[in-house]
Amino acid sequence: MSGGLDRRWIYLAMMLAVALPILWNGVTGKTFPESPTPPSQACFDAIEALPEGSRVLVSFDYDPASEGELAPMATSFMRHLMHKRLKPVVIALWPLGPTKAEETISNVIKADFPDRVSGRDFVNLGFQTGNEGVLKVIGTDFRKQFPVDRSGTPVDRLPIMEGITKAGDFPLVITISAGYPGGKEWVQYVSSSNPGLVLLAGVTGVQASQVYSYYPGQLRGMLAAIKGAAEYEALVSAAIDGDGVTPPRYTEARRRMAPQLFGHLLLIALIVAGNAMYFAQRERKAVAS
Amino acid sequence: MSRSVALLICLVGGLTMLVSPFLPMATGWANDVTDWFNILAAMAFVLGGGSLLKVQLMRLSARGPGWGYSAVTLLAFVVTLWVGLGKVGVVADPSAPTVAWSGKPDDEGSAFWWIYLYVMTPITSTLFAVLAFYVASAAFRAFRAKNLEATLLLATAFVILLGRTFAGVVLTGWLPDWASGLRLENLAVTIMDVFNTAGNRAIIIGIALGVASTGIRLMLGLDRSYLGGDA
Repeated sequence: MSGGLDRRWIYLAMMLAVALPILWNGVTGKTFPESPTPPSQACFDAIEALPEGSRVLVSFDYDPASEGELAPMATSFMRHLMHKRLKPVVIALWPLGPTKAEETISNVIKADFPDRVSGRDFVNLGFQTGNEGVLKVIGTDFRKQFPVDRSGTPVDRLPIMEGITKAGDFPLVITISAGYPGGKEWVQYVSSSNPGLVLLAGVTGVQASQVYSYYPGQLRGMLAAIKGAAEYEALVSAAIDGDGVTPPRYTEARRRMAPQLFGHLLLIALIVAGNAMYFAQRERKAVAS
Repeated sequence: MSRSVALLICLVGGLTMLVSPFLPMATGWANDVTDWFNILAAMAFVLGGGSLLKVQLMRLSARGPGWGYSAVTLLAFVVTLWVGLGKVGVVADPSAPTVAWSGKPDDEGSAFWWIYLYVMTPITSTLFAVLAFYVASAAFRAFRAKNLEATLLLATAFVILLGRTFAGVVLTGWLPDWASGLRLENLAVTIMDVFNTAGNRAIIIGIALGVASTGIRLMLGLDRSYLGGDA
């Protein structure tokens, strides 16, 4: 029992609060409109401001556990970069990051931008162990930590890596992170030692409150949880698709806002109900004594 | 003797990292020290695997409560290790199609990729999703407006919960522009921007001071707990 109510009812209610909006979403294809908050708008503007052909360092610092929140961000970032003809150089500080990166590359670049060539227009340099140690070194010697790409080709032979010797050579760095190492470490070890570098972060809801402290100074923009992802996704869709139809794989974040809404409403209802029972019980005890 | 060597390494490594931001000539040294750290971190993977094996084997042999979970863990560990190191089912790399095992172990179509996609991804995603049920149950049981602080926390939670969804727009979207700061979505941003940031920055600065003092204690050999035992 959970405070007078069998917790299985709560679990059932939560399941329905999440499942029914997903079903509704799947049937109607409708999503809620999103108006961007300043941190999400800043992410969009930072990418828009880059000239065509600029190289962008993108770090996939998450694993499947956080995929629900972070994969839509990764997809939107990659779509935006490709649309702007920017060149993402992908790395990962989490062991499963390269696989998430490959999935994003496959879903976005290979599906919608097949003319882009690996090594010239984008590259996946894979995972490097060492957490903040990696960040410390790439601040002065990028190739020392990432000497080859994921297929084993030396970065010296990759056109996309020409002239890149350190992290500060990238005009923009994006980290999509689920915890440690992630947004905080990128600020501490890369952004702080490269004052001109623009850093964006996409983070989970749990991490957002901590990383928010660095915005808008060391962190130019941030996407906080699925809400931030939905806002940014809406901005990217508006810029690319206009009034046209957005392919479903580019509406993942917005489609998750309906389950989030009803999940939050249920939480509020549960808190109110729990408090009502608590005060009623307290009242009864006071009367009895 | 061995403790003195460890202390010396700690002192030299710490000093190198400390002076490298101020001395350009020390940048290379700092990178070398970081490389040592990275090598140690890579070795920690091996130690971690060995430790996992040891603990689970001990549980299995003792047949204590939950020994079945240990068996599953061991089986998963051994199978994944074998599939990864043995490059089971790896698709040959296009640049060397006739060379066996030329592909990467986690390339699409390999057994390792299959385990990742159909075992690990659903399990980790499910575990994370299950949190929603526990949070709901905990919110019902524990989140009480018992005093002023708890009531403030409760009110903040409501604003964030509503402000981070379309409910905020529905409930307060009608407010005129001059009162737009009171719209729930804007209130949520203000809470994050002002109160959360102020509190977090104070915590971060406190942690930074603590890290600095701990670093100095380690370098000077005043804190030797990392050496283990009663060093």
